[in-house]
Amino acid sequence: MTATDVAIVGIGMHRFGRTDGVSGRAQGAHAVRAALRDAGIEWKDVQFAFGGSAASGNADTLVNEMGLTALPFINVSNGCATGGSALTAAATTIASGAYDLGVAVGFDKHPRGAFNADPEGSGLGRWYGQTGMMLTTQFFAMKLQRYLHDHAMGQDVLAAIAAKAYANGSLNENAWRRSALTEDEITASPMVNDPLTQYMFCSPGEGAVALVLARADRARSYTSRPVYLRSVSFRTRRYGSFEVFSPYLSPDRADSPTVEAARGAFDDAGVGADEVKVAQIQDTEAGAELMHMAETGLCKHGEQEAMITAGETRIGGSLPINTDGGCIANGEPIGASGLRQIYENVLQLRGDAGPRQVPGRPDVAFSHVYGAPGVSACTITIV
Amino acid sequence: MTPLAPPPSPPGPAVADGLWSDSDPPRLLAGCCRDCGAYSFPVPDACARCSSVDIAAENLPPTGTLWTWTVQRFQPKEPFDGAEPFAPYGVGYVDFGGKVLVEGRLVESDPRRLAIGMRVETCLVMYRPGTYTYAFREVQP
Repeated sequence: MTATDVAIVGIGMHRFGRTDGVSGRAQGAHAVRAALRDAGIEWKDVQFAFGGSAASGNADTLVNEMGLTALPFINVSNGCATGGSALTAAATTIASGAYDLGVAVGFDKHPRGAFNADPEGSGLGRWYGQTGMMLTTQFFAMKLQRYLHDHAMGQDVLAAIAAKAYANGSLNENAWRRSALTEDEITASPMVNDPLTQYMFCSPGEGAVALVLARADRARSYTSRPVYLRSVSFRTRRYGSFEVFSPYLSPDRADSPTVEAARGAFDDAGVGADEVKVAQIQDTEAGAELMHMAETGLCKHGEQEAMITAGETRIGGSLPINTDGGCIANGEPIGASGLRQIYENVLQLRGDAGPRQVPGRPDVAFSHVYGAPGVSACTITIV
Repeated sequence: MTPLAPPPSPPGPAVADGLWSDSDPPRLLAGCCRDCGAYSFPVPDACARCSSVDIAAENLPPTGTLWTWTVQRFQPKEPFDGAEPFAPYGVGYVDFGGKVLVEGRLVESDPRRLAIGMRVETCLVMYRPGTYTYAFREVQP
């Protein structure tokens, strides 16, 4: 292990879901305080921070609550990959040798219902939103429709994926959706974008997560149970990939940014996909989990149906996925969502996940976020 | 959505300029990169494949094949300004002869009558009173 390896030495969270009367920023401050406590440090010890929020103001204003210590605090904004971007930036900062100890934080508080579309903000004509085509839900439904067609897969597997998310969420005191739902209840909920029903989707929500990162060779001065961040890989889309908010596609298909980010994460870590013991992957809806299982390399295209039906992706299966309930049970506060995945992987690697602990002392964990307009970040964490 | 048969020319205010050409039947206007040959829709300032800014506008064929689809069943937030009250509508990508796949609304909104591989043609529809956009409908055999 070299001096510039990176460890996660503290984690903190504000519960996801609806917390009336508590701002997104206040939830962010709550998460930072919890992460500092976990690492046994104070804010004045923190040398730098990266943070992001899509709808709850500038993360760097958290210094008003945490303390005005003159540290560099850089705001990050990358859609659903905001948390992954903050982590990427923080990890790179430590790996560069510039600083020894820093914080990555993400928080948000979104109004009810689907996200607002901003065509001009994405370089698109306003007509694209006016005529009702700028919706992430539509994109996932159309990508899934084609995927099921290409791989001759049925739709039943979608309800099974969502049911697993709610079952795992029922074991997570920080989750938004804490009631298990049957596959029949999920299938019978209102159709939103064929073939996806309401209970197969996550909803914009609220929550916050903060991580304390340190040079790996000093990690044990903060915690007796460091988790090592072996790799962080971030990609935007290539020409020809099928991404959200695309008025056109090239007939020459290219791999999605998920494929390249995952490959980069495994290569950089020197870890094989077959070594992963627990994974958190972007499940904006049930079909996203299905497709991302293969895009990340955790299985082959077409293998998902048999794996899911056999329970392999449940806690206790051979490849537990979204053990905290994922986006479906936690909702998606954009700034915090990617960091929630790391929080869960750290709990699992420490053996602190309580009723949802993956058995057999998992030692390799994988995370994957995907967001508009075609960005992805993947990480490998180990103990 | 009200399909026009046959479409008047010009049919009325378009939701945006430059999406289709005033031909009968209407044809979508794509950008074709003069350097690498890649197609885009609508006509872009620069080519997303090779970064060239030398782009020519070109009419796409009037018909294509439905590549994927869904039905939009809830009313989108702003800037959506479709007809009130909201009615579900189909959305899909249509493959125009292997040149480019274009996203658009579908005249059909019944999932039982939509299928990957369907032959569709470009048409103009009033997506809200008085304002037109392009859409795709099944080619009648």
